[in-house]
Amino acid sequence: MKLLVCVSKTPETTTKVSFTDGNTQFNTSGVQYIMNPYDEWYALVRAVELKEKAAGSKVTLVNVGPASNDSILRKGLAIGADQALRVNAEPSSAYFVAAQIAQYAKGMDIVFTGKETIDYNGSEVAAILAELLDLPYISYATDLQVEGNVATVTREIEGGKEIVKVQMPFVVSASKGMAEQRIPNMRGIMQAKRKPLVVREPKKMSDPVSIVQYTLPAPKSAVKLVDPEDMDELVRLLHEEAKVI
Amino acid sequence: MSVLIYAESPGGQLKKAAYEAVTFGHKVAKIIGTPHVVALTIGKVEGSEVLGKYGATKVLNVAHEGGFDSQVHTSIIAQVAAKAGSKVVIVNHSADGKSLLGRLSVKLKAGSVSGINALPTFEGGKLRATKGVFSSKAFATYEVKTPKAVFSLMGNTLPPEEVGSDIAPENIAVTIPKSRIVVIKEDRAKGTVPLPEAELVVSAGRGMKGPENWGIIEELAEELGATTACSRPVADVGWRPHHEHVGQTGVAIRPNLYIAAGISGAIQHLAGVNSSKVIVVINKDPEAPFFKAADYGVVADLFDVVPRLTAALKKYKAQ
Ligand SMILES: Cc1cc2nc3c(=O)[nH]c(=O)nc-3n(C[C@H](O)[C@H](O)[C@H](O)COP(=O)(O)OP(=O)(O)OC[C@H]3O[C@@H](n4cnc5c(N)ncnc54)[C@H](O)[C@@H]3O)c2cc1C
Repeated sequence: MKLLVCVSKTPETTTKVSFTDGNTQFNTSGVQYIMNPYDEWYALVRAVELKEKAAGSKVTLVNVGPASNDSILRKGLAIGADQALRVNAEPSSAYFVAAQIAQYAKGMDIVFTGKETIDYNGSEVAAILAELLDLPYISYATDLQVEGNVATVTREIEGGKEIVKVQMPFVVSASKGMAEQRIPNMRGIMQAKRKPLVVREPKKMSDPVSIVQYTLPAPKSAVKLVDPEDMDELVRLLHEEAKVI
Repeated sequence: MSVLIYAESPGGQLKKAAYEAVTFGHKVAKIIGTPHVVALTIGKVEGSEVLGKYGATKVLNVAHEGGFDSQVHTSIIAQVAAKAGSKVVIVNHSADGKSLLGRLSVKLKAGSVSGINALPTFEGGKLRATKGVFSSKAFATYEVKTPKAVFSLMGNTLPPEEVGSDIAPENIAVTIPKSRIVVIKEDRAKGTVPLPEAELVVSAGRGMKGPENWGIIEELAEELGATTACSRPVADVGWRPHHEHVGQTGVAIRPNLYIAAGISGAIQHLAGVNSSKVIVVINKDPEAPFFKAADYGVVADLFDVVPRLTAALKKYKAQ
């Protein structure tokens, strides 16, 4: 099987978010980066598990980003991917990212992404990629089993789940449950240094959307503490003051 | 020119989210200056004439057997959008809607913004729309550079409003591509409002000590008509189902009321819930970080307070 895993780099989850240039740029100073958790914990690990079960399979990582993203790709190689490809460009929109990746996704049996990135929360790359490649797309998968060239995939839907069968090739986005996080071991880290990581220049294109302004949520006024003995008062506040019940 | 809304109808039933999207679409139509608000349903659906009441000027149905397939549904919606001359297409920011959005943007050559949480603006011929980013730690306003736009609408952004009257649905014929997906099973929690759409949410965390204690949370939720949620560690150890996990790596929600009992309020938890309109925190630790994000707080043992709150609600409802 040929498996492609799209990975992105996101600010670490405890990052305090701020902006510069009149709130038009994300302030990257002091920000620690990680591999997007959905990409790493679920998409990549499931791809590696499938490879381990089917001899002759290969897992390729792909990222659209600057040279500083190589550390993320090396980590993915340490977790078990075989090779990595970086398209050397700022990921300026979901469409841009998907269109770059699409060039390298042809001939793959399964294309994995995480269910969303934890920075722009778009959940769009996989769907755009699937349409560009004219492939079926299963979103938010929590389980994926392969038999021959057919996969059985469980996907999250509102308040429940749906089980579908799909023929390869297809695109899938991975959610919690698909696999268990793997911590790279020393041997993996050493091997990763020798695995191929190729860099390609991007294909030129314009973004269909762009961010013009960031805003931070209005600061919360101080919490109003309610006497634990007087829950009638809390109900009254929720009804009369907050007007939510 | 028109605004097209895909009104989801899982199991043949329209959801509140569909009504919200139609009212939202009605307002978007005013903003871009068109009287045409087209609501589309796919497959067998009951009661779609009410979409007229919520703001549609035309209700269309495409006959279709078989389950959800983003590829097939995209093709259907795109064909209807072409016939209706749609400038803006709106889907819900739901499991299905999210898998349609990116596909539609390619098919319609329309810029997409996912999970928008307010009405767009329209100036100088350009649409701008705002969404939560960094898991609701901030918002970003996107400008759409293409003549057409496609948006997915975050649940509970604006309430459905009765602005018109019922309209008889019309059938519309399109070419339906062959699906490469077979849906073999669908399980939906019956009766409860799914989390992303819920107006009222009662959530609990590790402070509950064990899954056997969740009765008091369920009773409170039932008294309120609320949906239950939980923190991540609670879903991780299997005390609660995964689909209840809210936060940065779970479901992002924005209910009118979020009640959190026995949750510390870690930054990753807050990320998914701090867009809630009103937050009530019940925690025995006065230093719990969640109090900083709360509107109302009760510093107490949840095992005392939660049943008391349920009783107070019962009393209030009886009056
Ligand atoms: C990459 C990453 C992603 C994450 N994503 C998420 C996410 O999406 N969602 C999420 O929730 N977490 C997430 N987390 C985990 C997060 O950091 C916290 O660990 C988690 O939210 C804590 O859950 P909790 O509040 O239930 O438990 P705890 O932090 O253990 O808090 C329990 C709280 O209950 C209170 N308590 C205990 N007993 C009682 C009682 N009898 N009465 C009243 N109060 C009581 C305590 O005072 C305490 O404040 C993530 C972490 C990482 C590293």
